[in-house]
Amino acid sequence: MASVEVRDVRKVYRREAEQVPVLDGISLKIEDGEFVALMGPSGSGKTTLLNLIGGIDQPTSGDIIVADTNIARMKGDELARWRSASIGYIFQLYNLIPVLTALQNVELPLLLVKMSGAERKKRATMALELVGLGDRLKHYPRQLSGGQEQRVAIARALVSDPKVLLADEPTGDLDRKSAEDVLVLIERLNREFKKTIVMVTHDPHAAERATRQFHLDKGVLSR
Amino acid sequence: MNLVSLVLVNLGRNKLRTFLTLASVTVALFLFISLRGVLDTLNASIEVGSRQRLVTRNAISLVFPMPQSYGNRIAAVPGVKSVAIQNWFGGQDPRGSQYFYAQFAVDEAFFPIYRKDMEIIEASTPAVSAAVPAGADAKLAGYFAEQTGCVVGEKLMKKYGWKLGQTITLNGTIYPGNWPYTIRAVYRATNPAFGDETMFFQYKYLEQKGMAGSGQVGVYILDLTSSDRSAAIAQQVDAMFENSASSTRTESEQAFQAGFVSMYGNIPFVLNVIGLAVVFAILGIAANTMMMAMRERTTEFGVLKTLGFTDGTVFTMVLAEAAIITMGGGILGALLAKLIVTGTSTGFLPPLTIYWSSVLLGIGIATLIGAVSGLIPAFQASRLRIVDALRRVD
Repeated sequence: MASVEVRDVRKVYRREAEQVPVLDGISLKIEDGEFVALMGPSGSGKTTLLNLIGGIDQPTSGDIIVADTNIARMKGDELARWRSASIGYIFQLYNLIPVLTALQNVELPLLLVKMSGAERKKRATMALELVGLGDRLKHYPRQLSGGQEQRVAIARALVSDPKVLLADEPTGDLDRKSAEDVLVLIERLNREFKKTIVMVTHDPHAAERATRQFHLDKGVLSR
Repeated sequence: MNLVSLVLVNLGRNKLRTFLTLASVTVALFLFISLRGVLDTLNASIEVGSRQRLVTRNAISLVFPMPQSYGNRIAAVPGVKSVAIQNWFGGQDPRGSQYFYAQFAVDEAFFPIYRKDMEIIEASTPAVSAAVPAGADAKLAGYFAEQTGCVVGEKLMKKYGWKLGQTITLNGTIYPGNWPYTIRAVYRATNPAFGDETMFFQYKYLEQKGMAGSGQVGVYILDLTSSDRSAAIAQQVDAMFENSASSTRTESEQAFQAGFVSMYGNIPFVLNVIGLAVVFAILGIAANTMMMAMRERTTEFGVLKTLGFTDGTVFTMVLAEAAIITMGGGILGALLAKLIVTGTSTGFLPPLTIYWSSVLLGIGIATLIGAVSGLIPAFQASRLRIVDALRRVD
């Protein structure tokens, strides 16, 4: 069963009077529990495709079905609630909130669901223990290394138990050792927790971890 | 952690900026409420007037006197119960102009008329028996027994550390010379608008020493038997002196006080303009600060929205931040004004009063500042597209 299905998706950006096509008729299927890498040169549209799958941008035309929901025409609060329940997003630059501790950063997505404070804390702690940071709960992002920050970001992405994890260059800002740790963790989330993972990367070494690779070039997809 | 604590944590992000914004709003609201206090006190000083009292003065201006002979003629008008004399003295304390306080020369009819507005709380016992006018407090016997005796307000006594029986001196400006007085009684205002910082002394003293017995009077205070005919009585009094050398103008005590206050120019207008200018300046500062704070966090708003925060939640969070700063500053400024300014003496006016209604008005204005200053950044943050906030189009 397809976890993510993209059907003939086009995305065109407007720059003043000019129209810039970014994605040109993309179609793909990602099965439940798959680990897919999206590769391609800068400007090929891979992050745009990831954003469309994650419901943080909308296609100009086409359908995007994620976890049995067509999100192509969903908007506003409905789309925000869907994101909260269905998607975990991992950014290249971690994007942790600097004034919150690791635990508080991981708690953030849970503020949007009805849950007691104690339960929130328990789940966030479990997520941080899962990524190997059970001893860094009270640390602020500035007190963590880049690799640790990215692991906190991964804990934040999976704390609400989404079906799909989207990662945009998750190792792009890390040294080799930290990048390896993060990739091992992502692989583990896919194998042990059956998360469907879509990862954008430039790095062929990182892409090798995926079960399938897609290549994008000038908005057109090739396998 | 919850959404409220998230807002509070964000406020602590740049503590110095939050503190300075809060302090600006606090100072602005303190000033605004204090100015309201001055306005309210001015209005209260007007409202001291009883509907049962009229004031007659020279029709040309308050600074021109009237003959003492008018007193008996006014007293003979039907409906006039008694007539008192009150003269502005305008003496200077020899210690310096900063020791300013109001001084009035009053005759024996004055204290019975104002008996309900003040009470004598301390008085000297007269060395020889002296008659106290009917209706006046018997404790004023010591004051009436001595021509240089004076009655001083309780707060004025405390302010300058004076004691009962002490001799104080004034340098006359309108009536030249050194004017020694002995404090023979201390009063406390039972009507706050009457004020506790005035000195009253005997008109006879002023007349004999300052006017060489010529008997000039600043104003006559008319106590009526009933307020029903006050307008008719005022007309009747003025008609009596219409063709005399000193024609008169008789009006209610309240109208008289209002006219007296207006001699300062349009103070309420000036105070209102200053107050509003301060509030608008702070509104601009608060709005600019909030916009700056929000611009710095554009990426974070994108992240929050990616996590599933709705536009409405982001809007509420930003607005709450602005509201907490401005309302916090507003409440602090308003309460500080209430605590610090209330009771402050101005020398001439009654002590400043900050009403709770002014405090609430200040908090309301602070809320409004919060709403207006937070509205634009909150709207911008809520309308922000995630992809624009994250600034990456790969």
